[in-house]
Amino acid sequence: MNTKSMIGFAVSLSLAMVAVPSQAGDASKDLDAKTAMIVKRDFRDKGIAKATRVNQDELQAACSKYVDKLPKKLKAKLEAKEAAAIKWPADGKFMGDWKAGEKLAQSGKGMTWKDKAEDPRGGNCYNCHQLSGTEIAYGTIGPSLLHFGKERGYGEDIQRYAYARIYNAKAGNACANMPRFGHMGILTEDQMKDLVALLLDPESPVNK
Amino acid sequence: MNTNQICRAVMVLALSTSLTAVAEEKAVTDSERIEQYREMISDGNPAEFDEMRGEELWKTPGGPKNASLEKCDLGKGKGVVKGAYAEMPRYFKDTKMVQDLESRLLTCMTILQGIPEEQITAKPFASDKKESDISSLATYVAGQSKGMKMKVSTKHPKVKEAYEIGKRIFNYRAGPYDFACSTCHATSGVRIRMQDLPNMRGSKKDAQTAYTSWPAYRVSQGLTRSFQWRLNDCFRQQRFPEPKFASEATIALTTYLAASANGAKYAGPGLKR
Repeated sequence: MNTKSMIGFAVSLSLAMVAVPSQAGDASKDLDAKTAMIVKRDFRDKGIAKATRVNQDELQAACSKYVDKLPKKLKAKLEAKEAAAIKWPADGKFMGDWKAGEKLAQSGKGMTWKDKAEDPRGGNCYNCHQLSGTEIAYGTIGPSLLHFGKERGYGEDIQRYAYARIYNAKAGNACANMPRFGHMGILTEDQMKDLVALLLDPESPVNK
Repeated sequence: MNTNQICRAVMVLALSTSLTAVAEEKAVTDSERIEQYREMISDGNPAEFDEMRGEELWKTPGGPKNASLEKCDLGKGKGVVKGAYAEMPRYFKDTKMVQDLESRLLTCMTILQGIPEEQITAKPFASDKKESDISSLATYVAGQSKGMKMKVSTKHPKVKEAYEIGKRIFNYRAGPYDFACSTCHATSGVRIRMQDLPNMRGSKKDAQTAYTSWPAYRVSQGLTRSFQWRLNDCFRQQRFPEPKFASEATIALTTYLAASANGAKYAGPGLKR
């Protein structure tokens, strides 16, 4: 190999190194665009579940694109944005009725195309979390919340934390699995307070 | 009471008896109980009634053109049913589309039999009130791949593309709950309430076991359900709008899931709680 061909080889090698990833990136971008087009076209209104539900907000789009592993900067930016949008209770109180909270936690109903707009919505809590020790039919997608208050204390700081977590879990972890119950208007302020009480009332079965 | 209802009553009775029998063994999980139950009745899955119904529909002339489906090409030549499901979805030259089993049946029913497409897609799933021809046909065809290895080829660029799009739909988060398929099906060893969830993205074994068990008879519903139904009901629980029957989105997602099950023996029609 002479100098000229070596240079030629080096140039084409470096070109290949540059060209390949960018091509792969383009192909991936094309597939992302095609996926978006197909999803928008292939879902239809059914009952209360309108076709527009497939339209993603900024957070949903980012978590989908990065398969729930966001670059650090973007993660921090999105979490700050979600946190800033939390609407705190007007009366400054976080605690409701744990008994109503337990009922809400048991129910997984609401917002599917089989439900009506006026149907009461559940908290879906037991679908993913262990809560009261007497309920053995609990899911394990989320962490166990048994003894939530007993282990962390019952003060206002932790009440505030629990309220925020229920209102918008994405404020603490952008691509968390948990729905944004307040942010997306799934539960009312009173319902979220009842759930805080389920977690943090010393009399709640969660803390027994 | 029709056969289906009698069958359902017997099954529910058998299930409750078997559950009572093991109720005191606290170490036995629900999924293990279902597994025991599956073994108990492995010689008589009610899905067989649906397979028989589907076979008859396949062979009997019908539709405005009074034609049977025996000239339907499921990818292995006209009328070849054996092993067809284990290689689907695949690319079809005549339609220039990647098609799953139900989408291909739709093509055959409309073209060969002359049945209007909307007539089939308006209510493609069975209910207590009405059976579904396309669903029974799917159960029959799938059953003809029993014991055969899943071999979905992604060599064709269109199938490869469908696989890639399907993967993206699997991870597509939207709706009021921010759910994607991956919210429930990308972690191993978790459950929703008491229901174990297969990890379709990260566990080859889970993906294989789950995919190869559909279509399946659902004891709780007394109906045999197809894979298109499985996807439809998942999207309902995701709080999504309804995926159109046999649409490109559902075919892409099926391509991703079916190819993830490659190498496993097709074990359906299955039996579910």
